[in-house]
Amino acid sequence: MTHVLPISFSLNGQAIAIEVPTHTLLIDLIRDRLGLKGTKRSCDMEVCGACTVLLDGEPISSCTTLAVDVDQREVTTIEGVTPSDGLSRIQKAFVLHGGLQCGFCTPGFIMAVTALLKATPHPTDEQIRHYLHGNLCRCTGYTKIFEAVRSLAVEQVSEDAA
Amino acid sequence: MLPSPFEFERPSTIADAVRAVGESGDGMFYSGGTELLLAMKMRVIHPDRLVDIKGIVGLDRIALNDANDIEIGARCTHKKIASDPVIREYVPALSSLCANVANVRVRSVGTIGGNLCFGEPHADPPTMLAALDARLVLIGPSGTRVVHADDFIRSELETVREPDELLTVIAFPRPTGPVTYRRFKHGERPSVNVAMAWSLGAGGRTITSARVRVGALGSRPQLLKAVEDALQGISVAEVRPAIEAVLPTALDELEVNEDRHGGADYKRHLAGVLLLRNAEEAIAAGGSA
Repeated sequence: MTHVLPISFSLNGQAIAIEVPTHTLLIDLIRDRLGLKGTKRSCDMEVCGACTVLLDGEPISSCTTLAVDVDQREVTTIEGVTPSDGLSRIQKAFVLHGGLQCGFCTPGFIMAVTALLKATPHPTDEQIRHYLHGNLCRCTGYTKIFEAVRSLAVEQVSEDAA
Repeated sequence: MLPSPFEFERPSTIADAVRAVGESGDGMFYSGGTELLLAMKMRVIHPDRLVDIKGIVGLDRIALNDANDIEIGARCTHKKIASDPVIREYVPALSSLCANVANVRVRSVGTIGGNLCFGEPHADPPTMLAALDARLVLIGPSGTRVVHADDFIRSELETVREPDELLTVIAFPRPTGPVTYRRFKHGERPSVNVAMAWSLGAGGRTITSARVRVGALGSRPQLLKAVEDALQGISVAEVRPAIEAVLPTALDELEVNEDRHGGADYKRHLAGVLLLRNAEEAIAAGGSA
């Protein structure tokens, strides 16, 4: 028997009030009921990072999170970090450095990098590798992604110095 | 795949949580869900009720208590333990272990208690907690009991915890010597791991006792008794030859599952390498203590 609970949460800054079956996964709520298709399902077991969203600013796997668990909390998806008139500076860096090919893993990477740079604005090379270790990409070989993120870390350092 | 449907409860006290699981047919405690939801999605387990313990105050506390024990609330996330000032000061090896569990998303929500209760053999924390001589506090309908980390995991994915017993706190004596941990892994879970904790005598030159545990090889963390005996009472300078003298026999006695992580001889070899590297690190740390 399906059990339904009402939840209220913020999705990319917008207040959502909705009833969800308790066994609904966050990724299905976001994609299928709320229509935001930027979050991708891939491994479905918390390993690949394609479904990464931020919960109160922390990266989580939306494929293995219950929708009822975001009640009274803030969820941010790729749509929430993409400006309406173009790309964010993180997205631009991925484009500029060739940090994507097929693009399927990219939303997850962008969310992870968003959280990384918020917590650690000037990450070292080791911190970048450690943080992104759990996001898989089968196209780029990671080097270009790493270069994109490193450019942001360096860019921020030079902005601060100026 | 979707989990099967279940009731979802959010109690605010331990007593209510224990009651909520006990009253259900096949209820389970729930916090981060990083292990549980995977198993539910695979339909390996299908609880009829999940009892969310995240609303219970106090289960995410970390403190050094008056008895000189370090207490870690069972629903502390790996991330919290990794960055906690008490853990960083007194058990930096545990801080580092938690900073490297799985990936950043799992560390955001996955808890140390959930990790222990799942009883997954290829896990990081159980090996270290056994080496630290941790005690696990379980609260159930008939009261509280304390189980040593060594006795908690019974076999693969099986612990001595009753379904309606909630793991609340993990406590261990503040280490009085170097604590070291190393693992070897291919994916996100360790193929082999070794934890070692020494108690040092005054001056930091003599090992009064040592605890050595090897994990992920068999169904649960295993004791390396011959190595512990060899280390007891010797000076830090004598450690390497003392370990090497007993290591081959000690490794042969380990229960080792051959699986996709490797064959038995290979894994035993890895365990020996990790153990000796831990010893080198402990010697360096002990010498400077």
